[in-house]
Amino acid sequence: MAVYFTQREIVVPGQLLAKGPYQLGSNVYKVGNAIYSSIIGLAELKDRAIHVIPLKCCYVPKVGDIVIGKVIDVGISHWTVDIASPYSAILQVSDAFNKVIDTTREDLTKYFDVGDFLVAKIIAFDRTRDPLLSTKEPKCGKIDRGTVVEISPAKIPRLIGKKGSMINMIKKEINCQILVGQNGRIWIYAENPEDELLLVRVIKRIELEAHTSGLTDRIREMIRREKSRRGNVVSASKKGRKAS
Amino acid sequence: MLSQLVRKVERPPRLIDEEGRRADGRKVDELRRIKIEVGVLKNADGSCYLEQGRNKIMAAVYGPRELHPRHLAMPDRAILRCRYHMVPFSVLERKSPAPTRREIELSKVIREALEPAIFLEYFPRTTIDVFIEVIQADGGTRCAGITAAAVALADAGIPMRDLVAAIAVGKVEGQLVLDPMDLEDRYGEADMPVAMMPSLGKITLLQADGLMTLEEFEKALELAMRGIKEIYNKQKEALREKYLAIKREVEVT
Repeated sequence: MAVYFTQREIVVPGQLLAKGPYQLGSNVYKVGNAIYSSIIGLAELKDRAIHVIPLKCCYVPKVGDIVIGKVIDVGISHWTVDIASPYSAILQVSDAFNKVIDTTREDLTKYFDVGDFLVAKIIAFDRTRDPLLSTKEPKCGKIDRGTVVEISPAKIPRLIGKKGSMINMIKKEINCQILVGQNGRIWIYAENPEDELLLVRVIKRIELEAHTSGLTDRIREMIRREKSRRGNVVSASKKGRKAS
Repeated sequence: MLSQLVRKVERPPRLIDEEGRRADGRKVDELRRIKIEVGVLKNADGSCYLEQGRNKIMAAVYGPRELHPRHLAMPDRAILRCRYHMVPFSVLERKSPAPTRREIELSKVIREALEPAIFLEYFPRTTIDVFIEVIQADGGTRCAGITAAAVALADAGIPMRDLVAAIAVGKVEGQLVLDPMDLEDRYGEADMPVAMMPSLGKITLLQADGLMTLEEFEKALELAMRGIKEIYNKQKEALREKYLAIKREVEVT
């Protein structure tokens, strides 16, 4: 019985992590009684289970996940939606709205057209057929404002942080709305367009530095620095206007 | 006069000198210098640039992604597609850019060397595409290609049993040599490329061309395994380095 890694060490596929009666967590596999990593990520021993937190992965749909999709095709009675996954999703008309839509009379592009972004919930997926979406759930539906940012789905837990520490901090520092899709797409909206641009940079930085420690503090500092810099610019321009 | 000169170029006097040094100064069991860079291509999901002596190779991985044409998809697993290709300027005489017989075969062989390492069953109905582009060739490019592709696959975050590392062993002037370069490959008596999943101790590719006794074969395999261990460490180091570099940069305080 032995563990061959330090907590949160960067491990690569095929790396021996432990030998003995440990439980198999995510992204590991067993040969005999030896446990190996199957992915590049951070190894972790938690409650006698060995996990590897991926540093990069693709999104595999899971029933119940909220995702942000982009309409890529409009069919007779459904929309095909790209959900940043190896599988494109289907949104049936019957799962889209609470009212009845007569597909023989109405043009579906009126509701969602190609290129539209939407928030949806995955209601069915069994790997043999494409996942099914629903926009009847709360918070779901067409996105008509703000920006959609895309990052690796592996970094979504870091963006949210422990018990939402990261995302709550961001919402406190910047006056904005954020909706995180499990597929790595994030919808952001702020009254001030400059805040939105700052948010994009913040999210991209979290993606890049997701595996480092002390990230929440660094991001807070980044936002405050940017805000104070901007504050100076605003007051300077005001002064300039007064002088003229 | 000229014919003498030509002969000299065609067949160098010795491939291994009295002190056991090879034409490029290496010992018989020495690898060429290897450099691996990870994540060099922005568009690809995973990528790797590898230099092994004068070999320069770029590997890119896309996927798992939706497969077109659809009918090729497997209902229970992903398929792996490989393309090994040499760019026209990779060798002294221009190589036609169209895939040759040799490249098509190597693509298949490389695919079969990588396939056992990947958990293809995790992504049914999809494809994983691997592109190996040889930018400069100096012998042993199939092995270097496999080494680079394995790193690119891991960089793409694709679940794998192990990395795959590969190396060739040649026989030159009756002696076994590790990692033969083009010159030794051309004038040597045998060439044996080997690919392995080193942690699991499983061989995924074993080819042999030329004449070797059984005893020599066993020695060659042992030599190859030693080389593979060394390459494997370089692969792991390169993969970790991509993330450690970021960590070092931001965690200075």
